[in-house]
Amino acid sequence: MSKPVVIRNARIVDPATGTDQRGAVHLADGVVKDVVAGAPAGIPDGADVIEARGMVVAPGLIDMRVFTGEPGHEYRETLATAADAAAAGGVTTFVLMPDTLPVVDDGAIVDFIVRRAGATAKVNVVPAAAITKGLRGEEITEFGLLKEAGAGCLSDGRCSIQSAGLMKAAMTYAANFDLPILHHAADASLVGDGVMNDGTLATISGLKGIPLVAETIPLARDLQLAIATGARYHAAQLSTAGSVELVRAAKSRGAISAGISINNLALNENDVAPYRTYFKLSPPLRSEDDRQAMIEGLKSGAIDVVHSAHDPQDTEVKRQPFAEASEGAIGLETLLAAALRLVHSGDVPLMTILRAMTQRPAEILGLAAGRLAVGAPADLIVFDPDFPWLVAEADIVSRSRNTAFEGARMQGAVMHTFVAGRSVFGHAATREGRT
Amino acid sequence: MSGPTDTGLRRPFPHRNLLGISQLNQYETLDLIDRAEAMIPISRQPRKILPTLSGKTQINLFFEPSTRTQSSFEIAGKRLGAQVTNMSVRTSSVTKGETLIDTAATLNAMRPDVIVVRHGAAGAVELLSQKVGCSVINAGDGAHEHPTQALLDALTIRQHKGRLAGLTVAICGDIANSRVARSNLLLLGMLQVRTRVVAPRTLLPRGIEALATEVFTDMREGLAGADVVMMLRLQHERAAGRLIPSVREYYRFYGLDADKLSLAKPDAIVMHPGPMNRGVEIDPAIADGPRSVITHQVEMGVAVRMAVLDALLADPEQVAQ
Repeated sequence: MSKPVVIRNARIVDPATGTDQRGAVHLADGVVKDVVAGAPAGIPDGADVIEARGMVVAPGLIDMRVFTGEPGHEYRETLATAADAAAAGGVTTFVLMPDTLPVVDDGAIVDFIVRRAGATAKVNVVPAAAITKGLRGEEITEFGLLKEAGAGCLSDGRCSIQSAGLMKAAMTYAANFDLPILHHAADASLVGDGVMNDGTLATISGLKGIPLVAETIPLARDLQLAIATGARYHAAQLSTAGSVELVRAAKSRGAISAGISINNLALNENDVAPYRTYFKLSPPLRSEDDRQAMIEGLKSGAIDVVHSAHDPQDTEVKRQPFAEASEGAIGLETLLAAALRLVHSGDVPLMTILRAMTQRPAEILGLAAGRLAVGAPADLIVFDPDFPWLVAEADIVSRSRNTAFEGARMQGAVMHTFVAGRSVFGHAATREGRT
Repeated sequence: MSGPTDTGLRRPFPHRNLLGISQLNQYETLDLIDRAEAMIPISRQPRKILPTLSGKTQINLFFEPSTRTQSSFEIAGKRLGAQVTNMSVRTSSVTKGETLIDTAATLNAMRPDVIVVRHGAAGAVELLSQKVGCSVINAGDGAHEHPTQALLDALTIRQHKGRLAGLTVAICGDIANSRVARSNLLLLGMLQVRTRVVAPRTLLPRGIEALATEVFTDMREGLAGADVVMMLRLQHERAAGRLIPSVREYYRFYGLDADKLSLAKPDAIVMHPGPMNRGVEIDPAIADGPRSVITHQVEMGVAVRMAVLDALLADPEQVAQ
């Protein structure tokens, strides 16, 4: 059992309880023992004390969209290296997408992931099982057996289910097992050969565009099916202003939630030029108007969740002509810092952005974590909201280097990460005695 | 030594590569057109040689098949005295990019002075240029740019019209998939030419208004009063059934025939970057008729490529003597 920990003189921010106050947090036996305003009454014998003046203590982040390469593409990322990157970024739980080799579409593979993560990963891993066998969008998987094996939700990862009939069947059947469906809505016939947002920039670059309706049409379909079937539906990644409107209108009529990648919230299509493949993402980076609509959607609650969409890709598949390069960017390590950009710019309150990375994912996934309540798992982070740093390739913890924030100046860094009361990350600055 | 002596060949050209018209300002663009005009006599004289690139190695690296552009660059290099090697790289879509980077490193080790590249993907030539230590010329990258085509078109227009500024040029056809259209719109727009694009909506990319002065879906309106009618090749095997319903409907509404051409200025010239689909985008009688300057474009192509190679590579001392 790990030693008790007292974090004191911190700004405690916990969206689930609406807390934003100065105080202390006691951790012991893997859970939160106490959260007190002001100074702690006493320090337990043998406890580690973290002096957190100027720091924020918050629930550990829950990242609802993470890809690794294990099994099948371990050279890109393993569960262990993804977990190291997660811990460095303040992510204490992540949902693992099923796009591996083999695909996570069978109980035995879920079991492998659970065991492997338990043995090698220093943060919590929630496996998402594939909705359809082989992610082919043709036959549904064994939702019940997958849940028994440890799957926390269903998702076809990067793939999007094209058939409305199959989606209806999946939602109807998923309701039996109370499993949320996380779906990336993209109409393949409208995406076509598109590789970036459809518009002037794509035209000037000679690249094929992905129209807004490639997302809004299948999203509208999914929302209607969710209302009709009563399934728990999570629109995994919104990118367009129209999508926010659709979700907003549908929410009161079903168990509907929506997420967005931090990339779509912090970047726009201008970042792509000229042919920067680390910014080739799915859904694509959209216009600044869309990005602004996303920020409004987050503030209004239409968008519930902000995730990293961490997707490790090696340089072989990224050092390619833009149209031929793979999609995706890593993001676990930069999730909080990129989110704090929106706080520092005055766009989003700290409580709102933290809620989208703690409380709401926990509620959607039915996890006990994501809050600083007494008795809750001691998964939490201590971060300096103002710590300045530069995203440098050499410092990246993830096994892959494809960050969309290469060279970016960040304000705000994680100093300590705890999972079940155990320290899994300490920032170099803390070891130098700077905190 | 024969050949031009007062043509500005001694002025240094301030770029290592020619990747697109978008990298040039109007002075550099006009300079290249002037240099190209000065190159025309070389190809018309019995001894077609101006050996400013003597001892230089030029590699033509074509990832997409091409007859005219590749031979035009080859002849241009040879007339300047360069050693020219042609490489056609057959690729599957899966290994294309890998081949690009690997090939770049391999060719670079052979110490060429210039690599002329055509590739099916936008931005691929720029990517390759970052991997080599020599000059790179873009001979077409996807639907992005084809700068020497735009330069030769501008030279052709100026030869026939005596000027560029103030003219109206209608570019007609598959704008969405055309690098020729993009480079021409950039170049002509920069030189105060009024540009029109004429195409059905399915062949007009979003935001094309940023590049063209005017956008037309009715070809008759688009050609009215034009000084130059520039037709584009339609990839009709790919377009039929999706972007256009049929070749005959396309020809009816967007093919250049005498009736539609009659709406342009009486002295309007007709251009085409080739290869032509006679009876798809252009009436054979127009293509081969008196208004057509299509073969003149081909001749100007060699002059432009000589000028570009010379501008990027020629040792100023050698030219000056």
